[in-house]
Amino acid sequence: MLKSGIFKNLWRNVDALVTGRGRIDDELFEEFEAALLAADVSVTTTDKILDDLREAVRLERLPDAKAVRERLRQSLTEALGEAGDTRLKVAPSGPSLYLMVGVNGVGKTTTLGKMAYRATHTDGKKVMLVAGDTFRAAAADQLAIWAQRAGCDFIRQQERSDPAAVVFDAIQAAKARDIDLILVDTAGRLHNKANLMEELRKIGRVCERELGRKPDEVLLALDATTGQNAVRQAQEFIGAVGVTGIALAKLDGTARGGIVITLREELGVPVKIVGVGEQPADIRPFVPQVFIEALLDTE
Amino acid sequence: MFESLAEKLQAAFDKLRGNVKLTEADIDVALKEVRTALLEADVNFRVVKDFVGRVKERALGESVLEGLNPGQQVIKFVYDEMLALLSGDAENPGQASALNFAPKPPTVIMLCGLQGAGKTTLAGKLAKLLTKQGKTPVLVACDIQRPAAVKQLQIVGEQVKTPVFAVPGGDPVRIARDAVEWAEANKADVVILDTAGRLHIDGDLMTQLQGIKSATHPHEILLVLDAMTGQDAVTVAKEFDSAIDVTGFVLTKVDGDTRGGAAISVRSVVGKPIKFVGVGEKMDALEPFYPDRMASRILGMGDVLSLIEKAQEAVDEKKAAEMEKKLRTGKFDFEDFLDQMQQMKRLGPIENLLKMIPGVGTQLKDVDFSAGEKEMAKFEAIVRSMTVSERRRPEILNGSRRKRIAAGAGVTVQQVNQTVSRFEEMRQLMKGLASGNMPGMPGMGGRMSPMSGIAKRKAGKDNKKKGGGNAGGRFKLPFGR
Repeated sequence: MLKSGIFKNLWRNVDALVTGRGRIDDELFEEFEAALLAADVSVTTTDKILDDLREAVRLERLPDAKAVRERLRQSLTEALGEAGDTRLKVAPSGPSLYLMVGVNGVGKTTTLGKMAYRATHTDGKKVMLVAGDTFRAAAADQLAIWAQRAGCDFIRQQERSDPAAVVFDAIQAAKARDIDLILVDTAGRLHNKANLMEELRKIGRVCERELGRKPDEVLLALDATTGQNAVRQAQEFIGAVGVTGIALAKLDGTARGGIVITLREELGVPVKIVGVGEQPADIRPFVPQVFIEALLDTE
Repeated sequence: MFESLAEKLQAAFDKLRGNVKLTEADIDVALKEVRTALLEADVNFRVVKDFVGRVKERALGESVLEGLNPGQQVIKFVYDEMLALLSGDAENPGQASALNFAPKPPTVIMLCGLQGAGKTTLAGKLAKLLTKQGKTPVLVACDIQRPAAVKQLQIVGEQVKTPVFAVPGGDPVRIARDAVEWAEANKADVVILDTAGRLHIDGDLMTQLQGIKSATHPHEILLVLDAMTGQDAVTVAKEFDSAIDVTGFVLTKVDGDTRGGAAISVRSVVGKPIKFVGVGEKMDALEPFYPDRMASRILGMGDVLSLIEKAQEAVDEKKAAEMEKKLRTGKFDFEDFLDQMQQMKRLGPIENLLKMIPGVGTQLKDVDFSAGEKEMAKFEAIVRSMTVSERRRPEILNGSRRKRIAAGAGVTVQQVNQTVSRFEEMRQLMKGLASGNMPGMPGMGGRMSPMSGIAKRKAGKDNKKKGGGNAGGRFKLPFGR
């Protein structure tokens, strides 16, 4: 699985570097550095990974470039974190509520639509999609089509209505209809717009009041092509609504999404779900080990 | 957008300040910082490598100019190099790249890009801009891929009062061709094709783009690129360019805090101009891309020219003349003030305006402008709760009138009192100012980047050319921070 894994290209590069070369020299490290930077891993994380690697070469007396490469694999796994809880949380009783947040155009609605499809068809859950994006033209229509594809419940209100009110309605309806999973879409917002971030907090408060707890998951949708700004995005959304995980979208391109290593390293936020296309089934749970395996599958 | 990069570069150059002679070691220290800053700004690592190499070569080869310290000299090299990269036109580096129009209408503009880059929003903004320039555009929905994409374009079309050509369920190539015919028959002179978002490695969809291209012979093929894109921007741009030979780029979501290094990357690797930048969700939040201004901005020099231009566009000249007279004679009242506020609102959020002033960008990075905007809203509520005669003659505001206004605006009487007295102070200040000297641009004094002397000269020249411009530099609003 994950043939289109994010690290495949990266790994292929790294692999190409070491085959036919046994020497451990500065050039080897420079080329590792270039490969990491090209994958959008931050300068800081790259430096840290390479420092670790140099240290390991010295302490563990790694014999050749091949061993260094193996050690780099280990470093990358460590940087991605322990397997940890990369699974989506489920409420002990009553409906679970997931909130999807993120900047404009990263793939919130599509990812949510695919999640609804998967939860309905693969997990057999009763799902409700909620059009909390009352701002973007036709956003609710787009989500309505996804609800139809998934064959799940759907809640919307008029354009420009208060998203918190939509969520309030949804929670009432979900309780009445015995729904397992409430998936709430929100409008894309640049994380530096204070009033829009406040709107998200309000949705969080409605959830807390009506369900007696915070949203079970607040997923930050991230475009795999995003560069270093992802760190700022994550920081701001964490500050506003407490992000619990990342939904990494659009991993089917050539972008390597190395920024998730930095996000895990610097902010401790795990990736929970991965989007790899526009079809309903194009979504995967994020499993670090599988990820690294796919990464090593360089054939 | 580039504040953080500006900060980083400034920090790097602070280390060089005060030195009298530029040593190779100095240069290396500074350029290491430049390299890190550019990488953190998402400039492609190969582009960064070349860039730093070129700056170093120049810094070593040339002697320090008279009147500059070594740090300033390096900043100048970095600025020149960045400008050369962003403009690609050494002769005319400040020139914004204009749209190509067909000698015989209709002009066809094709928009393409990855999913979520902002194509549909840009289509609306372009239609609005072209309408303002006296054209009659038509929007064409060629995205039959994404659910509700056609509907989104139709809503956008309504917002900008532009017809939308759509054939639900049709074939994109056919729709595009029919739209051009429709435009010819209906005297629409610009056809804007909104295509589906696609991956540059999706062979079928790239072939479809080629089909649309050969069916409509576009005069502009614009690749729409999210300013937050990382290292992959180069791959995306190269692939689209080799498939359909784009004529330029549009950088979207520039109103975020991304440093936007992708601009430098794609410009230097593909060699096509950036034509516009998208700076907000409103339909008029579209600006031409000026390489010199962008380079100035990257280095923290602000963007005086944009500010002046924007202000002039929004403020009606005649009204301004009337207002000037009122200010001079101290006859400025609350009614005039409301009017001024409406005009200011047309300029967009205060935040955007302030960012264009040199040196202010970095310094105000952490200031939350929403507080100021809230103050302003409160002030407006108070003024709106007055009767017209009260607005015209604030001196009739007695205790009971003030109480009524406070109740109407939902504020305390103290706040009303404060507003009225601040307004009176301002009126006196204006009168004094008008009779005496006019201070210069706000924010030009004090801490400035070493290059701001140049910015100032440029701004001064521009002011003269446009007949004074920017009168009343230190216009102080009657509400504080």
